[in-house]
Amino acid sequence: MSTSSTNSAASPAVSGLDYDDTALTLALPGSSADPAADRKRAHADHDKPPSPKYAPFTFSLKHESSARHAQLLMVITLRTVPTDLDAAPCATTCRARAVGWPPVRAYRRNALREEGGAGCKLVKVAVDGAPYLRKVDLAAHDGYAALLRALHAMFASCLAVRGAGADGVGRLVDSATGAEYVPTYEDKDGDWMLVGDVPFKMFVDSCKRIRLMKSSEAVNLSPRSSSQ
Amino acid sequence: MTYFPEEVVEHIFSFLPSHSDRNTVSLVCKVWYEIERLSRRSVFVGNCYAVRPEQVVRRFPNVRALTVKGKPHFADFNLVPPDWGGYAGPWIEAAARSCVGLEELRMKRMVVSDESLELLARSFPRFKALVLISCEGFSTEGLADIASHCNVNLNLNCFGACLVDSRTLPQLRHLRELDLQENDVEDRGPRWLSSFPDSCTSLVSLNFACIKGEVDSASLERLVAKSPNLRSLRLNRAVSVDTLSKILLRTPNLEDLGTGNLTEEFQTESYLRLTNALEKCKMLRSLSGFWDASPACVPFIYPLCHQLTGLNLSYTPTLEYSDLTKMISRCVKLQRLWVLDCISDKGLQVVASSCKDLQELRVFPSDFYVAGYSAVTEEGLVAISSGCRKLTSLLYFCHQMTNEALLTIAKNCPNFIRFRLCILEPRKPDATTNQPLDEGFGAIVRECKGLRRLSISGLLTDKVFMYIGKYAKQLEMLSIAFAGDSDEGMMHIMNGCKNLRKLEIRDSPFGDGALLGNVAKYETMRSLWMSSCNVTLKGCEILASKMPMLNVEIMNELDGSCEMEENSVDPSRVEKLYVYRTTAGARDDAPNFVKIL
Repeated sequence: MSTSSTNSAASPAVSGLDYDDTALTLALPGSSADPAADRKRAHADHDKPPSPKYAPFTFSLKHESSARHAQLLMVITLRTVPTDLDAAPCATTCRARAVGWPPVRAYRRNALREEGGAGCKLVKVAVDGAPYLRKVDLAAHDGYAALLRALHAMFASCLAVRGAGADGVGRLVDSATGAEYVPTYEDKDGDWMLVGDVPFKMFVDSCKRIRLMKSSEAVNLSPRSSSQ
Repeated sequence: MTYFPEEVVEHIFSFLPSHSDRNTVSLVCKVWYEIERLSRRSVFVGNCYAVRPEQVVRRFPNVRALTVKGKPHFADFNLVPPDWGGYAGPWIEAAARSCVGLEELRMKRMVVSDESLELLARSFPRFKALVLISCEGFSTEGLADIASHCNVNLNLNCFGACLVDSRTLPQLRHLRELDLQENDVEDRGPRWLSSFPDSCTSLVSLNFACIKGEVDSASLERLVAKSPNLRSLRLNRAVSVDTLSKILLRTPNLEDLGTGNLTEEFQTESYLRLTNALEKCKMLRSLSGFWDASPACVPFIYPLCHQLTGLNLSYTPTLEYSDLTKMISRCVKLQRLWVLDCISDKGLQVVASSCKDLQELRVFPSDFYVAGYSAVTEEGLVAISSGCRKLTSLLYFCHQMTNEALLTIAKNCPNFIRFRLCILEPRKPDATTNQPLDEGFGAIVRECKGLRRLSISGLLTDKVFMYIGKYAKQLEMLSIAFAGDSDEGMMHIMNGCKNLRKLEIRDSPFGDGALLGNVAKYETMRSLWMSSCNVTLKGCEILASKMPMLNVEIMNELDGSCEMEENSVDPSRVEKLYVYRTTAGARDDAPNFVKIL
């Protein structure tokens, strides 16, 4: 099982490597060598209440290649994040969001937060390999096409849409590497599904969060087999 | 002129429009000082700790209108810890002793207690107007006291977080204006409205937009019916469309309206009645509210649009760009527009082509939880600048900006007085060239010679400060966040901006060198705020010792809630610094986390 050119950001020597060797994982430092377990644990950790309350959040990406095997080593250091400020600014060095930024009065924040409550479904969107989180309001879009357009707009700085069909739905592609991203989501049961398999309304109801996964990883996902 | 009788001199002084002019004439000679101080009717105190209340009332015993401001501006964004100070009590007490003719009191970002309000109510027989903006610390008990004792022409404006018990509001007699803005109101039921006495027919302005609960519509209608002078009415979200329609039939002279609920299940008949009622309000110029407005409701407002000069849609995230533009394109006389960034760049282009008289634009972010994402970019602002050449005041939250855009904007609109640009992502460079935005902001300060207030953002080096120091000669207030490289940046400002009054800086690499580079400057300014910069305790101590006329306040968080830094903070580093000139000496009401050097 080789994944030849998935990670074209790496040197050509990467091709031919075992998929697991090049897998991109989110994990706490010093975690186990089992990528699957790491992936699961990382996802579980994601939403744990942080402690201490305002520990700094850094997210760094290291890419080391050894001379012989051009082994791709992705180390992502994940520390805790303030609970009510879970979206980090999109910056090359990622820091936790600053207090009082953006400079908007508390009254306005509260007023809009209330209004957003009804008929609004905000879910987190993570992009593999990107050091930031976004949120999207699923209820604000009337279909998959609109949602994908919104996702594209959100990550326009690093993603492009290729091959947009008649309905405007294309593939999300990393502008730099050409690696394709597949939108996946975690449903109510905790399973990761491909976005687009179920009717949109059903998707909105059951989606807990979205992850733009590199398509190489998404091969492990199966479409939703049966509804529960 | 010294041979003129005092009454003549006094009369001449009455033509002086500004506080600073009156301050200047009082310096000419002792005689003028005396005449001026005894005839002064209006006093403005920009920093409540700059002078003792007793001094003010002793000097101006005949003052009728007093304005006092408390906390620094960054308190709006939770950067000033609670219980920092800014108490209204000493001011009200001093005035109660020495200025019984007081008619109007305006306070901003101050802590006002119920006891103070009760004292206020008892002490000034001619009291007319109470304006509270972004204040806190009181409840409806205090307001009830005001109401029950003040019986003539009361103008009550409250903005900001205060606890207002709606149950006790009722006893407001002969009220002229009750204006509650941006308060946290504790709702104890809808009956407060019905407690307006029948004799109260003097109401001119009523704003209860921030009261969260239900109101009794029958009472509201009755109140409005007996208020022929009503000019301004702002309702809360609980007021139904039908109630609004009924009210509007009684208010032909209404100039300013804040709508109630526009989301109810759509019944055409109700909305047709609304349109009919609105059409009767020929004087209506300003519209706000639109809480959760459903897009289907908006067309019923259309008949009004052509006469509007002010429109606030900034609390309506439910309206998308197409709804907004259909409405705004009809508002050809618009001078003031507040919107959310849902309007998008395309929508701003519509604004630019429709609203040629626009003077003030505010575009607020609709989503605070998604860092750096907004539907508006530099394109929207460029469009606005080319269509709305009369623009003087801007607050613009956006996703990105470019130098080229700012250059264009500066050329198109050289009349900016207030220019506040907030790029949501800190330190974001020019979106096309990846360069700092120094040149863009440089163009703004160079072209806009009347600029008085500026807020900058994005990636900025010391160069932008060189430009600001060199060109922004009228600048009075400057807000800096995540900008600059070194002390030199701040030095450019301190040395160049001759009219600078307020400087507020956060998360920028300015240290003791900058703090101490021009210490005499602080006596010409109202205040300096620096947080998350590089100043140290030593630097602040030196400043305090060199400048005895300044209060140098240092704030250390005790609960560690400001510890956003990765490493443990250097204990000599000062997290928050607030420096202000004062004749009052160190204040005695500082909490334990404030150290005054």
